[in-house]
Parts: sequence; C-alpha cells; structure tokens
Amino acid sequence: MQEEVVIKAEKLTKRFGAFTATNEVTFEVHKGEIFGFLGANGAGKTTAMRMLCGLSIPSAGNATVAGFDVYKETEQIKKNIGYMSQKFSLYEDLTIEENLAFFGGIYGMSDSEIKTKSKQLIEQLGLQKEAKKLVQELPLGWKQKLAFSVAVFHRPKIVFLDEPTGGVDPVTRRQFWDLIYDASDSGITVFVTTHYMDEAEYCNRVSIMVDGVIAALDTPHNLKQQFKANSMDEVFYQLARGAKRSE
Amino acid sequence: MRTLIILLRKEFRQIFRNSAILRIATIMPIMQFLILPLAANYEFKNINLVVVDHDHSSFSRQMISKVVGSGYFRLVDYVGSYDEAYELIETDKADVLLEIPVNFERDLVREGGQKVFLAVNAINGTKANLGGSYLNRIIRDFNKDILLDFMPGAKTEAGIDVETSNWFNPKNNYKLFLIPGILAILVTMIGGFLTALNIVREKEVGTIEQINVSPIHKGQFILGKLIPFWILAIIVFTNGLILGYFIYDIVPQGNLLVLYFFVSIYLFAILGFGLLISTFCETQQQAMFFMFFFMMVFVLMSGLFTPIESMPEWAQTIAHFNPVTYLIQVIRMVMLKASTLSDMWPQLRVIASMAVVLNAWAVWNYRKKS
Repeated sequence: MQEEVVIKAEKLTKRFGAFTATNEVTFEVHKGEIFGFLGANGAGKTTAMRMLCGLSIPSAGNATVAGFDVYKETEQIKKNIGYMSQKFSLYEDLTIEENLAFFGGIYGMSDSEIKTKSKQLIEQLGLQKEAKKLVQELPLGWKQKLAFSVAVFHRPKIVFLDEPTGGVDPVTRRQFWDLIYDASDSGITVFVTTHYMDEAEYCNRVSIMVDGVIAALDTPHNLKQQFKANSMDEVFYQLARGAKRSE
Repeated sequence: MRTLIILLRKEFRQIFRNSAILRIATIMPIMQFLILPLAANYEFKNINLVVVDHDHSSFSRQMISKVVGSGYFRLVDYVGSYDEAYELIETDKADVLLEIPVNFERDLVREGGQKVFLAVNAINGTKANLGGSYLNRIIRDFNKDILLDFMPGAKTEAGIDVETSNWFNPKNNYKLFLIPGILAILVTMIGGFLTALNIVREKEVGTIEQINVSPIHKGQFILGKLIPFWILAIIVFTNGLILGYFIYDIVPQGNLLVLYFFVSIYLFAILGFGLLISTFCETQQQAMFFMFFFMMVFVLMSGLFTPIESMPEWAQTIAHFNPVTYLIQVIRMVMLKASTLSDMWPQLRVIASMAVVLNAWAVWNYRKKS
C-alpha cells in the first residue's frame, strides 16, 4: 500500500552542546493517519517535534513537513501546520470568539470565513453560552478542547499535539480523542505525543523513543505481538526500563 | 498589513481589558507631578538657626533680625555660650550656628572690621551648603548697609556689583526646570516598562509559542507590540503637558509640534530598548529587575537633578549613551527656550540612531527558532 508521505525524517539529530537530545531519528508519517509519538520524560519527543514545527533548527539529518524542508522553508511549513503546546496557550484575557478571530486571522482566513466557522465550531463544542466569556473562566477540559479546535481551525495539513491531554479527566480525554478522530477523518494528519498508554492504543501507528532514539515503530497491534505483551503499557515498560536518562 | 491589523486589534483589546495598565497610565503621571516637585525642592526655607550672641549690642540685634527677616531661617534659640549652641546642633535641633563675638559693635565701628563665626551641620550637605551661603550673603549685605549708614565715605568692599539675571526662567523657578524632566521620565517609564513586560508575559504564559509556530513575521509581531505602547505613551505625555499647565502654570514656550515630533522618535528608541530587554528575559520578574536597574541609571545620569557637566568624565561618557539625557535636554529647550527643530538637530540625530540600533538589535535577537 503506497500512501502519501506528509512528514519524512531522516537521521534527524539535535544536539545541545555535548548533549544529544534526539539522535538520528528516522520515520515517515502518512497523510490522514494518527501518529503517536511516545517516550518517557526527557526522551527527546518535544525536541523532535519542535524541529518538525520549524521552532528549532536540526543539528544534522534531513526532514520535510508537508513537502517543505525544515532548514530552509520553515515559514512555508508554518502555513501548513497547526500546533498545540503542552502549556495552554490561547489568550486567557480574550473571549473564545476573539481567540478564534485572532488565530484564524493570522493564518489568513477571511473575516466571513472566520465568522461562519466560529459559529459552527462553537455550536459543535456546545459553547454557545460561553462564546463571549473570557477563556480564563473556562474549566481546564474545555480549554484543552478549545485549544485543539483552534489548532485545526485554519484547516492545516498536519496538526502537532504536544501532550494535549495532560491533567484532563478520563471523560474529557475520551471526548478529546473524538475531536482528534474527526480531524483525522477530514484528512488532517495528527502527530501526537502522550504519556497515556491507553491513548497510544487509539493511534494508527506508534513510535516509542528511548534516550533520543526510536526504539520501536509499528501499529499498536504489531508492537504488542512483537513484545509479547497484552497492552501498550507493557510494551512501553519493557522499552523504557532500559532508559538511562530521565527528566 | 491585514496581519498587523489583527495583531493590533488583539493588543488593544488586551490593554483595555487590563485595568492595571490603565490605572498606571492615568495615576502615575498625576502622582509624579504632584509629589516629585515637592520632594525635590531646591529652595530651602526654615533652616534652623541658633545664635550665640556674646555682644548683646544693637548691631548684633540688627544683624540677627535681618537674618531672621530674610525668611530662610528660623531662630531656634538665642543662647549665651557656644557649648549650648553646639548641643543643639548635635541633637539635630539646629542646622546652622552663628556666633557673634564680644565687642562686635565696638570693633566694627572702631576698626572697621570684625569676624563672626559660622558653623553648619553638614550631615544634610545640600541644606548646610545653601544655609551657609544664604547666611553669608545676608551678612555681607548687612555689612554694606552698616558701612553706608555709619561711615559715609568709607570704602565699601564691593567695588563691583554683580547683577545677575536669569534667562529663560526669570524667577529661577526650580519647578520650571524639574517638570520637563519629570515628563521625560514618565514617558520613558511607561514606554520602556510596559513594552518589556508585555512581551515577556507572552513568553511566561506560553502564548508566544503559538505565535512562533504561525506564519507571522517577527517584524509584524514586533510592530504589533510597539504601536500600541507608542500610542499609550503619547497619550501619557499629553496628559503630563496638560497637568503641568493646570498645576504649575507651565506653558511650553516653543512649538508643540516640534516637541511631539521629537518625542515620537524618542519613543521608538525607548520602546526598542524595552523590546530588547524582553528578548533577554524569560520571566516578568527578570524584566522588572532589568528595567529597574537601567531606569535608575537613566534617571540619575540624565541631568534631571544634577548637571551632566559636573560629573566625572567617565560618567559623562555614560550619560551620552543615555537616551533620557537627550529627551530632557530637548523638552527643556522647547518648553523654556522655544527652541526650534534646527536647534535640536544634534539630539535628534543621536536619538534616531539609537532607535534604529535598538530596534534592529531587538528584532535580530527575537528568534522564532533556536
């Protein structure tokens, strides 16, 4: 099965001084798939992701995102991706509508497009009553759903999610994954890092990073067979146990 | 262009929603204008004087009444011995001690000269200095009167009389000198602090990450930050001018347009400075300390309180790199001397180059990637 490749990393490396955060990482992500990027704290996930988003210049290796080079065409990459950081990063002192107008606007959406799509989104999330409230007044779970919706608001080709469900209750997490599936169904490629192994099961394919290198990469089903494990949790544990660095 | 408008719209929404910024922008000028001129008063009145009179003559009494009548001194006590007077100085009840010797009147009339002893408590240097020189002047005056009154035909000591006239500030009103300086400090604080804190805040809460992964150019982002605070500082400057007029009756002698033109350019320099500081800081706390450090240097080395010319050479060099120095010079020039654009050409050139260098440095330093 030949699928369209939207992210391609070849021996992608990032060093900070003598420390190699990501060491010759190679993988491909296909269009429309949900790609889980797993690893213990300090394994190099966020560093790899930042390189792919054009926030950080690689020390060595090659990568393309949406067909654009991570060294020379970062501005082109930025037009084609959405990003949701670990830290909630919408403007708390703006309302939901104002946040949507701002982020839609800076990605070049027209005012009328912003208006119709905001209305649609707010209805879909059931936030009609809160639309004119400041974001800081929303509970964390809603904020996270909103942050994801903002990240895909401008219909990017790829969305990067950095531990999107940290600190969120199981029910909201489930709803959050429904949103991810919706985005994936509409053709957006999802690149997600997580610590929750149940979430790893929801991914189409999963890579597990240990000490800056990719220790395993396959579908959750194949990985479980390969490691003779019942759950992704066990797979992860077997791999991460040997890790030399943490935090 | 559209991106810039979107950025500005967002920035203004946040500013108007932030009651702290609005409060600072309105209350700070009022407080500084009401309090600072009083605190930094250069005219000393009520200097506490103790007199030791060993003579008890009509001359000594005349002299004392002349001193007290000047309005600068308050006679705390009139004692008989130096020790008693010295105790008053020691206990801080008196600032200046005047001792009139025995036979003051007799020697003055007979020999045409006598010495009085003056001692000042120099713990408060400025007060002591001024008190001493006031007293000197009054006694010299008294001396001249006596010579004229009692010994007509005697040679007066002062053959040449120096008549001073204060140009541009005829009454030598220190407020006229200080208010333009306070105005300069005000726009510097508002512009510099708010810009630096605003950007660092975006770093601290993490929203800057979201901006950095977007296609916004860093130039756009920085302009989006500069313009709102530029406008805010101009408003504060205007408020300051209005307050100066209503509270202290200060009317700028020169062209207001010239003043605004210079302030506009100056603001780009100081906002650029705030921006630059923000690129070096990760938290608002760091930015605050950085700005405080520089503000202290800027204010003290700007010629606001003490003339730059009297600083040591190395300090003068620093003062020449201080943007506030130039703003204070120009505001004073325009407000007191009615200087025109051509008079401030040197200052304008320096400030414009500072604006270019600081902003370029800040833009270069603000990295969207590492």
